[in-house]
Amino acid sequence: MTDTIAALASGRPPAALAVIRLSGPAAFAAVAALAGRVPPPRRMSLCRLHHDGALLDEALVAVFPGPNSASGEDLAEFHLHGGPAVVSGVLAALTAHPGIRLAEPGEYTRRAFANGRMDLAQVEGLADLVAAETASQRDQALALAGGALGRLADSWRERCLDILAEAEAGLDFAEDEADVAERLDEAAREQLLAMASELDQLLADSARAARIRDGLTIVVTGPPNVGKSSLVNALAMRDAAIVTPIAGTTRDAIEVPVDLGGIAAVLIDTAGLRDTDDPVEAEGIARARQRAARADLVISVASADAPHWPAPAPVPPKTLMLLNKCDLALPVLPAGALSVSASTGAGMATLRDWLTNFARQATRPGEPALLAHARHRAAFADAHAALVDAAHAPEPVLRAESLRIAAHAFARVAGRIGVDDVLDRIFSRFCIGK
Amino acid sequence: MSSFDVIVVGAGHAGCEAAAAAARRGARVALVTLRSDDPGTLSCNPAVGGIGKGHLVTEIDALGGIMGRVTDAARLQSRLLNRSKGPAVQGPRAQVDRKLYRAAMAETLAAFSTLTIVPAAVEGLIITHGRIVGVQTSCGRLDAAAVILTTGTFLGGVMHIGAEREVGGRVGAQASDLGSALRAMGLPVSRLKTGTPARLDGRSIDWAALDWQYGDADDPRLSRFGRSNGRPALPCAITRTNATTHQIIRDHLGESALYGGHINSVGPRYCPSIEDKVVRFGDRDGHQIFLEPEGYDDITIYPNGLSTSLPLAVQEKFIASIKGLERARILRAGYAIEYDHVDPRALTPGLAAKDIPGLFLAGQINGTTGYEEAAAQGLVAGANAAAAALGLDKLIIDRTAAYIGVMIDDLTTHGVAEPYRMFTSRAEYRLRLRADNADQRLTPIGIGAGLVPPAHAARFATDQARREAGRTLLESLSASPHQLAAHGIDVRQDGQVRTLFEWLRFPAVTHAAARRVWPELAALSDELLASLAVDANYAAYVARQEAEVAAVRRDEALALPTDLDFAAVAGLSKEMIERLSKARPLTLGAASRVPGITPAALIALLPHTSRNRIAA
Repeated sequence: MTDTIAALASGRPPAALAVIRLSGPAAFAAVAALAGRVPPPRRMSLCRLHHDGALLDEALVAVFPGPNSASGEDLAEFHLHGGPAVVSGVLAALTAHPGIRLAEPGEYTRRAFANGRMDLAQVEGLADLVAAETASQRDQALALAGGALGRLADSWRERCLDILAEAEAGLDFAEDEADVAERLDEAAREQLLAMASELDQLLADSARAARIRDGLTIVVTGPPNVGKSSLVNALAMRDAAIVTPIAGTTRDAIEVPVDLGGIAAVLIDTAGLRDTDDPVEAEGIARARQRAARADLVISVASADAPHWPAPAPVPPKTLMLLNKCDLALPVLPAGALSVSASTGAGMATLRDWLTNFARQATRPGEPALLAHARHRAAFADAHAALVDAAHAPEPVLRAESLRIAAHAFARVAGRIGVDDVLDRIFSRFCIGK
Repeated sequence: MSSFDVIVVGAGHAGCEAAAAAARRGARVALVTLRSDDPGTLSCNPAVGGIGKGHLVTEIDALGGIMGRVTDAARLQSRLLNRSKGPAVQGPRAQVDRKLYRAAMAETLAAFSTLTIVPAAVEGLIITHGRIVGVQTSCGRLDAAAVILTTGTFLGGVMHIGAEREVGGRVGAQASDLGSALRAMGLPVSRLKTGTPARLDGRSIDWAALDWQYGDADDPRLSRFGRSNGRPALPCAITRTNATTHQIIRDHLGESALYGGHINSVGPRYCPSIEDKVVRFGDRDGHQIFLEPEGYDDITIYPNGLSTSLPLAVQEKFIASIKGLERARILRAGYAIEYDHVDPRALTPGLAAKDIPGLFLAGQINGTTGYEEAAAQGLVAGANAAAAALGLDKLIIDRTAAYIGVMIDDLTTHGVAEPYRMFTSRAEYRLRLRADNADQRLTPIGIGAGLVPPAHAARFATDQARREAGRTLLESLSASPHQLAAHGIDVRQDGQVRTLFEWLRFPAVTHAAARRVWPELAALSDELLASLAVDANYAAYVARQEAEVAAVRRDEALALPTDLDFAAVAGLSKEMIERLSKARPLTLGAASRVPGITPAALIALLPHTSRNRIAA
């Protein structure tokens, strides 16, 4: 028999409130034991909780009968006063009940998955939702947890199965039954290539999805002592990087997370770019160049008292030319460049606005972007390759084979074990058999 | 009272193949059937093989079975279907002469010295201490260590023509009431239906008005060891139903046994009655009908596609509305038949009843339809019944190795909602499971099990040696695109030197062209070169599937206890417990194929598996 599991679902006490969740076959018996009754389902009810004759708390209790609960099992929630003694008292009372134990991490979600309440993409979305720090991460995770990706993958799988059904009908029945038209492959090829190019766009858009989930990377580079670390600290509004007047202070890259108007970003402070004999510093500079090459944005910093910027990298990502220390001098700015003073704060608001704008453009937070996980991207990329194979397959049976691979790749996203309903489709569409 | 190792009840396609397989393994076999001339009767259409079905016949042949040879001896015409679709889905099919088929079957069975045909009706099963020990027949008791039931449509058979109903297994034959005995033993029994068309007098058909369909010129065989009957091939003819036909059927739909409420059981979607076709596909302006001769010296014509349970008068009327059949005379009315079948989830992959030691089931009783499906199960059940009686190794064929494995796995893990027919689309590893490589896949297994006659095994060894030599030759020859171009072969000039085995993948490198470039190929027969070219063509796909196949085999090796109480497995939801308890999978692999089973449920099952041999 399945154990019943109990756990504190809210943050660490003390807090104003604490929520304890209970899921499994013994949940309602335990509620009855503590509260003296099982309140009506899906409604908050005020109950006095007792154990061994002692009053533990006066709490709001709600019960959700399975299988239509979040976990798919009988589920109960206790909304307690958030003191540590209350929480530990109620947990102790619950686990004293036969068949109830403390939940393992992630066990509720695992049960929801096992009971078919969530698909794999939804589980991943839920994990993202719990971890979401910015508004756009939250939106993306909510879409995932709500099953949007599962639905997207399912709709793609459906499209593959529709064509597959045609292909399979042609293989299994064409010679028996004239009703299955020998579809000429030109139409199928066009359709497959159109689907592949649609997928191509989805995949291209996945970089944006990854940026929302993992945050934009913004690398701050420039010669030594132009004030890169001061700038990073000013943007992060805390002293994350060590600042000294000595050139070469920053050797290894320092990552500082920032929130740009609801979009997550990571500022990376790097070693100043100069020729050096110090092998440690040289390694830091090499790494700085690598990071810059992979960044979503490079802020190339120069000092107002020596206003020249290094030549751009061979394949430059988007670069913002920034003149720091504008309190020392104010030379003419090249087009598109900004000037600030990290020490006085002059120009920082403009820089912040510029960065926020950039982040918005790079992530378009209002539009859903679902392929944030490498696993999902890989599955969609496999499907894409298989559809292209199918379009160019030299014989019908190999076309069907490639379509099977594509349908299977989409099924993987939702974690469904592929029981293909190709035959059902064939039978509903064609009059099969002599 | 007589004593045998194996008793086979029923001498249809499953029964004959089962008896022959058990006899090849050395068992003393009683083949019990109503009349001694029953074996090899084709109750329905006069054809064997097809797409998927032809694959099954070649697999039976590779395991030393008899269906392919009997078919070749009886063939009226034969074709290789799907020639344009790719070798993996090409299946041979033959129209056959009913009388020649029965004669060839009788002759084949007579050659087994330990096989006895017992003309009798089986009236009961004898169970002692929960194990089957024999059968009670109309001519006395027969004892055996194993009993195979292959009752076809005879188990509780009821025939329907319009509102008339008659108890029987086919026209002119009584039904069997063993169904109640099976129910009493706790086996899950339910009803299925199938149907057959009216038979027509060929002399009353206007053949000149119709298109004829000929066999292939190369007259393909279904067996590697098949012999020609030396007779010319006969054509079939094709006609179509029309709007008038459909209107007549619609007007009389209420009189059909099917639509008049006389039949409630489920029939196959892919072998629908003409009533079904008209109701479900009302938008079609006609359905194709094949007119198939039943024999060289037989006036009977089988109008394939006109299966019906309408009253005879209506059958006459709608048949007369079809081109070429305006004056056709009906020799025998079409009818629908309902029969009992056992939920095959009660069986092991060896087709043994999980709960009744010694009892095996094969054919339509397991919810399948079709001669070939029945025969393939018969072979497996026969081999395993002999194993049970003589203490030999079981014959378990997994779904990565053969269509036979696909079918038995589908049956025993999914059960059936309608009569089960083989399609190539049911096989996930279709590119590996070809008619042309059935011997490579299965003959070694058959030899290991003692199912393959010595002469066939010797021929297989020669074929394999030739094949390996051929493959080595193809891999030892190579050419650059430039060299091929010099021979007038149009390939992309990418400068890449490839072996001939690789070049065979390119459509421009035809076999004739290859023979021109490399005279050494004279050592290879056309058939062998073609088969090796298929290997070359599919090599990349097959390699990709290997990992998957390995994973499937790994899961197949993880056995679940026969008596596992799924309700007691921690972490399984109610729904999973219900589904698993119905299917009672015997391996983790089988569990993964039970519909709706989640990955999490499989993880929960993992602690209960062991690396034991599969129970069968």
